[in-house]
Amino acid sequence: MSELEYILEAHHVSKSFPGVKALNDVTLKIRPGTVHALMGENGAGKSTLMKCMYGIYAMDEGQILINHKEVHIAKPRDVMELGVTMIHQELHSIPPQNVMENVWVGRIPYRKVLGIQWVDKRKMYEDTRKIFDQLQLNIDPKAKVSTLSTSFCQLLEIARAVSFGAKVIIMDEPTSSLTETEAEILFRIIRQLKRENVAIIYISHKIDEILEISDEVTIMRDGSVVGTWNASELTTELIVNRMVGREMTNRFPPHNHTPGDVWLDVSHLTSATPRSFTDISFHVRKGEIFGIGGLVGAQRTELMESIFGLRPVASGDMTINGTRVGITCSKDAIQNGMALLTEERRAKGIFGVLSITDNIVMVRQNLKPDIYHGKTKILLDRKKRDADAHQYTDTLRIKAPSLKTRIMSLSGGNQQKVLVGRWLLTKPTILIMDEPTRGIDVGAKFEIYELMEALAREGKCVIMVSSEMPELIGMSDRIMVMCEGHLSGIVGREAATEETIMSLASTYKKKQGVEENEYRK
Amino acid sequence: MNTASSKSLRRLMMDNVLYICLLMMIVIIAIIAPSFLSLGVLTDILTQSAPRVVLAMGLLVVIISCGIDMTVGRLAGLCAIISGSLAQAVTYNLKFWPGLPEFPIWVPIIAAMLAGLLVGCITGSIVSKLRVPAFLATLGMQMIIYGASLLLINKKPNHSQPLAGYINPFSDFGTGSIAGISYLAIIAIAVMILVHIMLTRTTLGKNIFAIGGNREAAIVSGINVHKIEIFTYALCGFLAGLAGVMLAARTGSATPSYGEGYELDAIASCIIGGASFTGGIGSVPGAFLGVIIFNVINYGLTFIGLSSYFQYIVKGLIIVFAVALDMRKYAHHS
Repeated sequence: MSELEYILEAHHVSKSFPGVKALNDVTLKIRPGTVHALMGENGAGKSTLMKCMYGIYAMDEGQILINHKEVHIAKPRDVMELGVTMIHQELHSIPPQNVMENVWVGRIPYRKVLGIQWVDKRKMYEDTRKIFDQLQLNIDPKAKVSTLSTSFCQLLEIARAVSFGAKVIIMDEPTSSLTETEAEILFRIIRQLKRENVAIIYISHKIDEILEISDEVTIMRDGSVVGTWNASELTTELIVNRMVGREMTNRFPPHNHTPGDVWLDVSHLTSATPRSFTDISFHVRKGEIFGIGGLVGAQRTELMESIFGLRPVASGDMTINGTRVGITCSKDAIQNGMALLTEERRAKGIFGVLSITDNIVMVRQNLKPDIYHGKTKILLDRKKRDADAHQYTDTLRIKAPSLKTRIMSLSGGNQQKVLVGRWLLTKPTILIMDEPTRGIDVGAKFEIYELMEALAREGKCVIMVSSEMPELIGMSDRIMVMCEGHLSGIVGREAATEETIMSLASTYKKKQGVEENEYRK
Repeated sequence: MNTASSKSLRRLMMDNVLYICLLMMIVIIAIIAPSFLSLGVLTDILTQSAPRVVLAMGLLVVIISCGIDMTVGRLAGLCAIISGSLAQAVTYNLKFWPGLPEFPIWVPIIAAMLAGLLVGCITGSIVSKLRVPAFLATLGMQMIIYGASLLLINKKPNHSQPLAGYINPFSDFGTGSIAGISYLAIIAIAVMILVHIMLTRTTLGKNIFAIGGNREAAIVSGINVHKIEIFTYALCGFLAGLAGVMLAARTGSATPSYGEGYELDAIASCIIGGASFTGGIGSVPGAFLGVIIFNVINYGLTFIGLSSYFQYIVKGLIIVFAVALDMRKYAHHS
């Protein structure tokens, strides 16, 4: 066992971007064999600090020590060779490859035959198998990565880090796309890594998780370190207060709305895609927050996208306010007053290189009645566009240097608020929010919750797909739970507990277990 | 303080690298041959660039929507033949269509542009509806168009002779001017203004940027992605048709080799003008400057008495240099 006090240290690190001081004299020390949580709101500088330590950004000032020796890091490979590996927030898997190639990419084992290097597939398979067994991952090393769900890709990333024999693993929001069961697997892996004297830097917004898994917690705010504490000294409230720098007692706004008449009615909806959802019936009332829970693979996103006309439906009916609607494309849905805040913000939400204004008005300016064309009917009224964008950046408290800023340079929470603004501008009656608070900070989360409350009070239907139990239970009037494409139950607010939802979410789980085993051999 | 000001100077230079390049080239050429800085030479450059500007504008729109169109050069060649063949005087004894009467000037012009439009619609449909990768679809179309040009010009009684003998109004269209500015330059400027307005001031333009920025998000946003993608290729084809007319009228001839390789110059112009192959980025002034830089190189090298063969080396260096600088500019954003 190592006698080292610290395995990885960052001393007095500062980093500026044009116009922003992203890190201001930050010091962070990591002990071997511990989980060190790094917390802070989006924009607090956590990711920037990690990227400086990882050689993605060059720091302006400061030094990095590994094993008490100063190291100069120019690129990620340098750090990786020193035993530090990072698992990124955005997944870096290369989909067309198969699983084992993905794990060993860059270090594929070779065998020399007749003077030629051949890929040693058997060794690669065995080594992958070994790591997966160690991590108890149920994945066939020969499966194509593209057939895996997002959550499995995440676990794959971790497997890759383990295969590197890393001494420090940086995990940036590792559970943001995992269900609770999968998160449990991750925690088990983390505890095992700890026993092997591996240090974990754990970046997360989920406080319960941090308190459960970490030994030390460093909290950052506005590019500086607020302090480092032992996890045992902390409570949810203390963490939140130190993160936001103000008192924050409730995680959810008061539940203060009453559902009215049925507005959206979905009956016997079945997907045209095989092995997707079948026979889903539910209704949503005006002024109701309707939660949809389930595990990854429950086909919740597919259901939402089908309702929104993005995926074909084989059979079933939909009525809005008693009138049957045929929705075959997103335009139909939007014209019927629907809005869809997509789960994957980067892939299906933001127009990264376009300005905030463009991002906010994009849907509205394609809608009738037209409000953005002046007398000419051809040219866009730039003042009106900017005025609307301005209104929503103000009411939603979007923090950005200007309306011309490219949306990709904003933090996750602010990007999400821009997307919310985009849909609010269309004055929807049915707002579908797919994982609305994924990857955004506590402050922005609360603002999104408040907004959902306000929309429900205005009499709108709010449909929220979420994998976070507290959020589902804290916000919803009723919760529909799906499992493997089936509706396994709808529970009211009073009856909703984590246990009931979990048991509904795994109703069909046994069947899948059989399939998985078949898939494995 | 010192480092800060040198940093901001560097940023300023990086942001305006194109203008600096152009200025430096003009200064160097003007030092060697001072007569380069005359109005005559500059309008000449503008006139010579006109068909390329028109082509680049079409391609710019396609590139912004995250597509690519390899057909434009050959399509301009085909359209040059179509317009030239319809613009021949009835007195010319090697007439391409001996049976046809002499048409007013607008017939060859409109015919060529409609032909370009039609081909553009077909290309666009292949790319958008059949989801054939744009590079491959348009590369295939490029070959088909070239073949069509060869077959067309080989028609009896022409037998692959270059076209000639245009009616006067058609030749005037290619060589005449008003107040010292050629008709071709005026058309190119008009096209630029229209495309610029379309891209920056209309819903259509915003939707093109949206599709290039994130196609999936554009679909979710209720934008009719197919319609707009097909439109971008149709517009590109239409403008290639116009460029073909301009080429035929300016040179007083037409052969299948017209427009050969122009698509690559046009793509390079757009890219050094700041457009991005990943879509969602690009501007008319940038693409225009890109074209002008290439033509200043062309014209300037011969002007200072260097072999025009050098132009390829200089052009190549500029492309690599400009894109490398651009990558550095965005490096710390990603």
